[in-house]
Amino acid sequence: MIYRETGQYKTSYAADQAIFPIAQDRWVVLALGAVAFILVPVMIDDYWANAIFLPLLCYTMAALGLNILVGYCGQISLGTGGFMAVGAYASYKLMTTFPGLDFALIVIAAGVITAAVGVLFGLPSLRIKGFYLAVATLAAQFFLVWLFNKVGWFYNYNATGQITAPPAESFGLVVTGAATNTSTTYLFCLTFVAVFALMAKNLVRSRVGRSWMAIRDMDIAAEIIGVRPLRAKLSAFAVSSFYVGMAGALYFGVWLGSAEPTEAFGIDQSFLVLFMIIIGGLGSILGSFLGAAFMVLMPILLKNFMVDGLAMSAVLAKHVEITLMGVLIIFFLIVEPHGLARLWQLAKEKLRLWPFPY
Amino acid sequence: MGGEFMFFIETTISGVMAGVMYSLVALGFVLIFKASGIFNFAQGVLCLFAALTLVGLMEKFGLPGWLAIILTACVMAGVAWLIERLVLQHLVNQDPIILFMATIGLAYVLEGVGDIVWGSDVKVLDLGIPQGAMDWAWDNWNLYVEKLEIVAAFVAALLVTVLAIFFQKTRIGRALRAVADDHQAALSVGISLRSIWVIVWTVAGIVALVAGIMWGTKSGVQFSLSLIALKALPVLILGGFTSVPGAIVGGLIIGVGEKWAEVYVGPLVGGAIENWFAYMLALAFLLVRPQGLFGEKIIERV
Repeated sequence: MIYRETGQYKTSYAADQAIFPIAQDRWVVLALGAVAFILVPVMIDDYWANAIFLPLLCYTMAALGLNILVGYCGQISLGTGGFMAVGAYASYKLMTTFPGLDFALIVIAAGVITAAVGVLFGLPSLRIKGFYLAVATLAAQFFLVWLFNKVGWFYNYNATGQITAPPAESFGLVVTGAATNTSTTYLFCLTFVAVFALMAKNLVRSRVGRSWMAIRDMDIAAEIIGVRPLRAKLSAFAVSSFYVGMAGALYFGVWLGSAEPTEAFGIDQSFLVLFMIIIGGLGSILGSFLGAAFMVLMPILLKNFMVDGLAMSAVLAKHVEITLMGVLIIFFLIVEPHGLARLWQLAKEKLRLWPFPY
Repeated sequence: MGGEFMFFIETTISGVMAGVMYSLVALGFVLIFKASGIFNFAQGVLCLFAALTLVGLMEKFGLPGWLAIILTACVMAGVAWLIERLVLQHLVNQDPIILFMATIGLAYVLEGVGDIVWGSDVKVLDLGIPQGAMDWAWDNWNLYVEKLEIVAAFVAALLVTVLAIFFQKTRIGRALRAVADDHQAALSVGISLRSIWVIVWTVAGIVALVAGIMWGTKSGVQFSLSLIALKALPVLILGGFTSVPGAIVGGLIIGVGEKWAEVYVGPLVGGAIENWFAYMLALAFLLVRPQGLFGEKIIERV
């Protein structure tokens, strides 16, 4: 009754090609944006920021990047953790080498550096396909983490081998280091995610995005109709790594504050982000958001429920949590292999006809 | 002969033996990939689960080794049946990546269940497999050869022979190969896919048990055992996903290459390169042969 496009006429090509062609969708997105940008920063406290909102935003960024590569271009990558590490270490080196630089610029520069590394590790994709490629990207994961552990230059030869973000400012506001304001860091990350999600949405429906999807659906056929595999695959690797690199910079700089490569950027990170896009929905920008939300919130809910609700010991709760995560993942894959985004789409189809389905 | 050369021989032998251990894990991957096209990431955790069950049965119930092994094999068959019933059956015809992610979910479940049931402390697995240096090699040539690794090599050879006979000579083995070749054609001549999958997961579970015993004896039964899956992956892509000989040869190449690199290249770049060297080696091979050394040629049509 409420969600219906009847009577909404499009009189220009621009209106026809809008991201949200239905007015109700626009209102919902605007409302959500208003809540996220105005209401949340007022209400937010340290716990909510550090436990929920900052990880959510960082992982959304990473999921956006990986979704471009896996969901849109069909190249499976298990090297996300390694690429996030590149972003984090690039931002660290930039912060310590140019102390006065605006952190927003540093994040973008870290993304660009990661993109270059991503293209390098994307080169084998021109020859190797499918799961062979997936395992080959693990080479990137292990090599990069090893590199950041071993080469002192990356962590400025400090004794612990950890990197710690020095205070850095963006537009006059401190966003990294110890003396940060919760709402500021939240808004900083949110702005990044919002801007780049919009860019990703537009990118995937552009010529480049269509060439990615052609490669994904059948690379030989795409090649025959004139899509250049070299350009399409490498650009997907570049753009994807750009996003993942920025996610790594935000993850290290704004959220964690200090990081150690094996723990913070291990293979578990790669799988976590891969789960996000698969549970959220491959080839869907909305799916990246939903998947990240699911994978960030679910462990917290499970843990709270078991430790506080059922009074389990922390160790047992940890094991039960792992088991339940596995069960939930399998359950979701069985119920809806196309992810939460697909569920939302089905719900919308139903809503359009409701309450008179005929 | 100079000490340098003896050292080289020793390095090579220990590389070969380590390679055999990797092959044992890779074998389980290949079996499942061949029969169902599933890239089974849970294989490493299956090893852990099998070893945990074995140790648990021996410690908690005081069973003798052979009985515990038989019981564990039965448990693995039960696990295979459950996996088919609860997971795979519902995911027929899905994208390979969905099945892959499902096996990662499975890995979480098995890991969690194993820990809840048997506890997560490090356990010692002692089945009376000899360990330590081979005396005559040490006395005569001053070579250090680990007994356990010799046993592992024999067990692996035995396992591969049995599997080869099983695949070539028995009715079920032929059915398995038929399924691997073409699901639909196999279904149309009356082979039951579901029972085949249960069988192949059982076989993979038993292979995992063998690998779990070897690795568990070597380094104790603990969570890190599941990480040997990561060691087996480069072996797998090097040999080809669909080839049993590939898993063996790949394992040997990776094992030897890794040991050489560790000894001769490692010190130059600061050590600890064994985490990624195998992957780089496999990657280099793949650039020449994208389907692995023994994999079936990938024929692509529009």
